[in-house]
Amino acid sequence: MSYQSQRVALYYFAGALTLFLVQVAVGVLGGTVYVMPNLLSDLLPFNIIRMIHTNALIVWLLMGFMGATYYLLPEETETELHSPKLAIAQFWIFFIAALVTVLGYVLRIHEGREFLEQPLLIKVGIVIVALMFLYNCTMTLLKGRKTAVANVLMLGLWFVAIFFLFAFYNPGNLSLDKMYWWWVVHLWVEGVWELIMAAILAYLMIKLTGVDREVVEKWLYVIVGLSLFTGILGTGHHYYWIGTPGYWRWIGSVFSTLEVIPFFAMVIFTFYMIWKGGRKHPNKAALLWSLGTAVIAFLGAGVWGFLHTLAPVNYYTHGTQVTAAHGHLAFYGAYVMLNIAMMTYALPNLLRRDVYNQALNMWGFWITTAGMCFMTFTLTFAGVVQTHLQRVMGMNYMEVQDQISLFFWYRLGSGVAVLIGVILIVYSLAVPGSRLAKIANGETQPAE
Amino acid sequence: MTAPAEETAAEDTAAENTADWGTLSDLPGNPLMWILILSELAVFGAFLIGFTGARIVDPGGFANSQALLSRVDGGINTLVLVTSGWLAALAGRAIHDRKPNACRGWLLGAMALGAVFLAVKAVEYSGKAALGIGLETNTFFTLYYLITGFHALHVVLGMVILAIGVWRPRPDTVETGTAFWHMVDLIWVLVYPVIYLVR
Repeated sequence: MSYQSQRVALYYFAGALTLFLVQVAVGVLGGTVYVMPNLLSDLLPFNIIRMIHTNALIVWLLMGFMGATYYLLPEETETELHSPKLAIAQFWIFFIAALVTVLGYVLRIHEGREFLEQPLLIKVGIVIVALMFLYNCTMTLLKGRKTAVANVLMLGLWFVAIFFLFAFYNPGNLSLDKMYWWWVVHLWVEGVWELIMAAILAYLMIKLTGVDREVVEKWLYVIVGLSLFTGILGTGHHYYWIGTPGYWRWIGSVFSTLEVIPFFAMVIFTFYMIWKGGRKHPNKAALLWSLGTAVIAFLGAGVWGFLHTLAPVNYYTHGTQVTAAHGHLAFYGAYVMLNIAMMTYALPNLLRRDVYNQALNMWGFWITTAGMCFMTFTLTFAGVVQTHLQRVMGMNYMEVQDQISLFFWYRLGSGVAVLIGVILIVYSLAVPGSRLAKIANGETQPAE
Repeated sequence: MTAPAEETAAEDTAAENTADWGTLSDLPGNPLMWILILSELAVFGAFLIGFTGARIVDPGGFANSQALLSRVDGGINTLVLVTSGWLAALAGRAIHDRKPNACRGWLLGAMALGAVFLAVKAVEYSGKAALGIGLETNTFFTLYYLITGFHALHVVLGMVILAIGVWRPRPDTVETGTAFWHMVDLIWVLVYPVIYLVR
């Protein structure tokens, strides 16, 4: 850490990790309801549990991105943040609003539009938080050095805020409603979030591998170009069955298939940079997470996305457990792992400690990743059986749920494993412990 | 942690000129253009594979619809675009011979033929519209409009990129624009037989 104002990232990382625990714990609860359907049905019905699980995820990922931005921006721009105080105020507004929203959900106060359930007032609050954030970061960028990493990151963050504005547009016509809803949901996770992902990954590669910035930036441009080229029209793969014209089936199928390419490029990028760098950075856990995020994002978002993206396939699989499988591994691989990679890299620097608890962190990596992969396989099998029984054989929905209940038990088991892994990760990041892993300086050449 | 200043100094020297794009470095024009060209080939390739697949499913319907297309219009446009590509190539040669004005002339010629291509396309589309054929008529025409429509948009974009070469006639801008233009050309040469000719 070279700049004082980078320390504001600590707030965001702490808030993000807190919500991460909430999100995964509530996820396990949701998985339990799948196998014991009447559990908490009056007190906390499944739709509310799911709402908390998904909203907490999105909010903590965004909080993590903000923390990552506040951490890396001073180093990239070579200047202190415009206003650390504003950043801290922004954190508290965001964090408290998130808690109030969750409390509201428990009391059944929500707008009921999937993922955008936040009441109007909270949505306005989100915009204010976003404006405070963008103002602070843009002012920092304007006065400092402009690197490709910082520019791409800020471009992504601006578009995250701009596309969120479509959350305010809620037409009465259900087809139009869905059409614009995807402008938030799809253009976030399969569009501009990928810009943020690529920029943060590029930053980590520069810091961890010691490869020239020039080389990393070229990859960044290529990845970002490919993400936008495929991702924007790839929105079409959500327009198959919502009342939009039939040509979307072709546009969606072709462009969303190609969405695999930027994720594959990120795999090649990370492995190639680490191979080319050949430098031993002491923070092995951060390297592991960086490689992990590229690989699992490729599998979860790329491969599992392709699995059901072609319109003739999606005709059968739409809205089955195949979608759930894809959603879980894609979010985990692309955005959860990326955030943990950044925190694993940044927290030892922020806390002014040597890289600590590497073994525990890496155990967390393997347990969580294995749990998520197992969950994905389980849900995929469940989805294939479900598709066949329900969509091909024409069996009744609830009968099919009985047929695949075994898979839901497996899913619960993998969810528990994930929770254990996440507790390990959060512990290893937040609680340094008494035994600090000392790095022998003679043997290693830290890039940063 | 070493001092960030060292890292920055090292970065700055490295950033001077180590433009190594691997294989792409050997190609004319901006390497990022070649990433775009490869991506475009992938998109149109996927569409043409989709077209072929849909045709295998419904050979009769596709043959009937294809009979409504004007092979002559398509043929004229092939000649127009290939000629335009030749003019663009001459522009590339002119700029390497340090003749910026000649280069401008060839580029304007290429752009003019691009406009002719679009005009013929407009005649073709209006003919289809007169028959009441639209994007939603059947799978054949959905794909016909999507593929040729996307291609026509690339002709428009290509003309804009060539215009940059007219505005700033330098080897890199001209080569980059011409590379894109040849891609537009190449795609048409693939689209025309698959959609209009193959029976």
